[in-house]
Amino acid sequence: MPETKTSPAADTGPPPAFADAVRDETSLRRFLHGLPGVDAVGVEQRAAGLATRSIKKASKLWAIDMAISMVDLTTLEGADTAGKVRSLCAKGRRPDPDAPEVPRVAAICVYPDMAATAVAELAGTGVGVASVATAFPSGRSSLAVKLADTAYAVEAGATEIDMVIDRGAFLSGRYGQVFDEIQQVKAACGDAHLKVILETGELATYDNVRRASWLGLLAGGDFIKTSTGKVSPAATLPVTHVMLQAVHDWHATTGELRGVKPAGGIRTTKDAIRYLVAVREVAGERWLDPRLFRFGASSLLNDLLMQRRTQLQGHYSGPDYVTVD
Amino acid sequence: MPSWEYAPAPESRAIANLKPNYRMFLDGEFVEGGGEPLKSINPATEEVLAEVSTAGSADVDKAVKAAQRAQDKVWGRMPGAERAKYIFRVARLIAERARELAVLESLDNGKPIRESRDVDVPTASAHFFYHAGWADKLDHAGYGPDPRPLGVAGQVIPWNFPLLMAAWKIAPALACGNTVVLKPAETTPLTALVLAEIIQQAELPPGVVNILPGAGEVGAAVVGHPGVRKVAFTGSTDVGKSIQRSLAGTGKKLTLELGGKAANIVFDDAPLDQAVEGIVNGIFFNQGHVCCAGSRLLVQESVAEELLDKLHKRVATLRVGDPLDKNTDVGAINSRAQLTKIQELVASGEAEGAKRWTSPCPVPDKGFFFAPTVFADVSQAMRIAREEIFGPVLSVLTFRTPDEAVAKANNTPYGLSAGIWTEKGSRILWMADKLRAGVVWANTFNRFDPTAPFGGYQESGFGREGGRAGLEAYLDV
Repeated sequence: MPETKTSPAADTGPPPAFADAVRDETSLRRFLHGLPGVDAVGVEQRAAGLATRSIKKASKLWAIDMAISMVDLTTLEGADTAGKVRSLCAKGRRPDPDAPEVPRVAAICVYPDMAATAVAELAGTGVGVASVATAFPSGRSSLAVKLADTAYAVEAGATEIDMVIDRGAFLSGRYGQVFDEIQQVKAACGDAHLKVILETGELATYDNVRRASWLGLLAGGDFIKTSTGKVSPAATLPVTHVMLQAVHDWHATTGELRGVKPAGGIRTTKDAIRYLVAVREVAGERWLDPRLFRFGASSLLNDLLMQRRTQLQGHYSGPDYVTVD
Repeated sequence: MPSWEYAPAPESRAIANLKPNYRMFLDGEFVEGGGEPLKSINPATEEVLAEVSTAGSADVDKAVKAAQRAQDKVWGRMPGAERAKYIFRVARLIAERARELAVLESLDNGKPIRESRDVDVPTASAHFFYHAGWADKLDHAGYGPDPRPLGVAGQVIPWNFPLLMAAWKIAPALACGNTVVLKPAETTPLTALVLAEIIQQAELPPGVVNILPGAGEVGAAVVGHPGVRKVAFTGSTDVGKSIQRSLAGTGKKLTLELGGKAANIVFDDAPLDQAVEGIVNGIFFNQGHVCCAGSRLLVQESVAEELLDKLHKRVATLRVGDPLDKNTDVGAINSRAQLTKIQELVASGEAEGAKRWTSPCPVPDKGFFFAPTVFADVSQAMRIAREEIFGPVLSVLTFRTPDEAVAKANNTPYGLSAGIWTEKGSRILWMADKLRAGVVWANTFNRFDPTAPFGGYQESGFGREGGRAGLEAYLDV
């Protein structure tokens, strides 16, 4: 894969092509509302059509391994403990104890207070530590608290920050506020990668998803992410199509590669493969890379492991043969 | 990073239950015909699939008489609620044998299994379901109390949707109390003959449906038979015209569904990504073998470059190849003759100065295939803008104002369908009112439903099929 810039600099603002778009609140609004609309019937038809692709044999095995390497293995519960996080890290380092060739997951995703535990467990493994931040999941707090939340996670050693946008501000049309917040969180991230959670289930329309996607890209998000997993609907195929189209178009204009992360509700290998087909055919083959596409999931990993065994052994072995962590 | 290629995912051809010989269906029995047998080939491999007996002129006479008898004695007298049960049973059996029909259709026609499985067969079944519902409600269809059937319907159908066209023709005819003599296309007779099996399985009284394969002369004999009271034809404009001439003064009722050169019109405020999908679906669905295909793309100049760029990228992802592979998007051209015609028109486009772009996708070296092609810089005077290509070839023209879009869209002897892409609802209504086309799609294309009437203007024919309006063609009103 050719070396391409995947992380925008925190301090320089958007590329020249979009310098005008973010000049002030009015230009930003004009730009976002000037994006072509998304026809709901059309995008859903396209997503359903692509979902009928039939992925078999070697291409299925390839897809399963790729999907495993793209998983952000997640636990975001009030009941999380250091023990729970440690066991999840062990799972992420070596997903299938019987098969050392299975790739590691991309990252372990936790709340900020658990980041230090995960960092200690994962040191030197190549598995990232993603921490949610900015008053996740609702984002209902002051900017100061959100920045402090981010700094707390970064100081604990998180390599990736999953922030939430202020959906209230977005839905009431205060795009400038959302933009500024993302920029400031990005600055607080330092070297950590920033994923911008749009919470598409609350944005409701595909037009809003497209606008929020561009807003996240303009403000410097390394990834745009569908959902917190705490709101229904979480990730859907058509929403992911719209976001994949946005990163594709962003790359076509700026040459920068940004990523997409659907999160929530993706539980089966069949679902994951449908997402990978969308990645390949909507964004393009170069997005089939854990640096540019992730799955935010908890139970998906075990289904991928079971299906991997099925592919290799020729028969289904059942949930007792994968570890529950 | 290795690239991710989809492994072949072929549907099993054994599911088609292909037989070495197929016979015509006359008066409830499968019998040998008096005509020269024809060989139906698989356009994707050029291998012979089966030998099919064809009708001689005596067979046509026998079939029409059987249909007359069935109409007089049984079908025409049967209460609508009873007819409905038979039609309903046909619908159910099509659904039950859907996989078999889909694989057979893809083998015989060359269309991708994804389409035969997801469009042709389910829609065929839906047509029977829908019309079963009408059979006992004709009093309330708006044609007066107790509208009467016409008698024997002679029907001739094309090769692009072999099973679906048979369903479009047979279902309304039966619902209204008519009986049928149908001739499937010469290159694609197989699924119609499996439909005949289904009709036998559903225990329709003998003679109610007769299916006679053969070439053009069998079709001419069917429509010319004095016992036929209603003729329905779907096919080329030339043949349609000759049928209309031959029927003048005979008192036979006629509906024609002929060619088209539909405009797909994209305004600068359109949802562009979905417009691209609609354009692709409009012209590359069924290899462009669609009479209502959106073969002329009219795009507003201000977004033309952006749209064409997106379109090329998207078309390059279409997978051309084995029709039985579940991941194939564009299958085989139905016959060598059709492939030659497409090649000839494409050559004329290049010679007349249009800018050709052809998808770099791999194309099988055996069988009849044509890579998706887009012509830019097309002017109204070129043959590729005026003549129906009936293949995966799109001609792109531009316009500046809504009036110019309407003028260019209507500037054709055809008038079957049109598409409008804009986020402005008022413009959709204004355009739909001005466009001379039987079907106008807004922000979508090539959507078919038994409840929606379908048919054309001018050289695209007359009469409607589907919906309440479609019943009129089969009733004495």
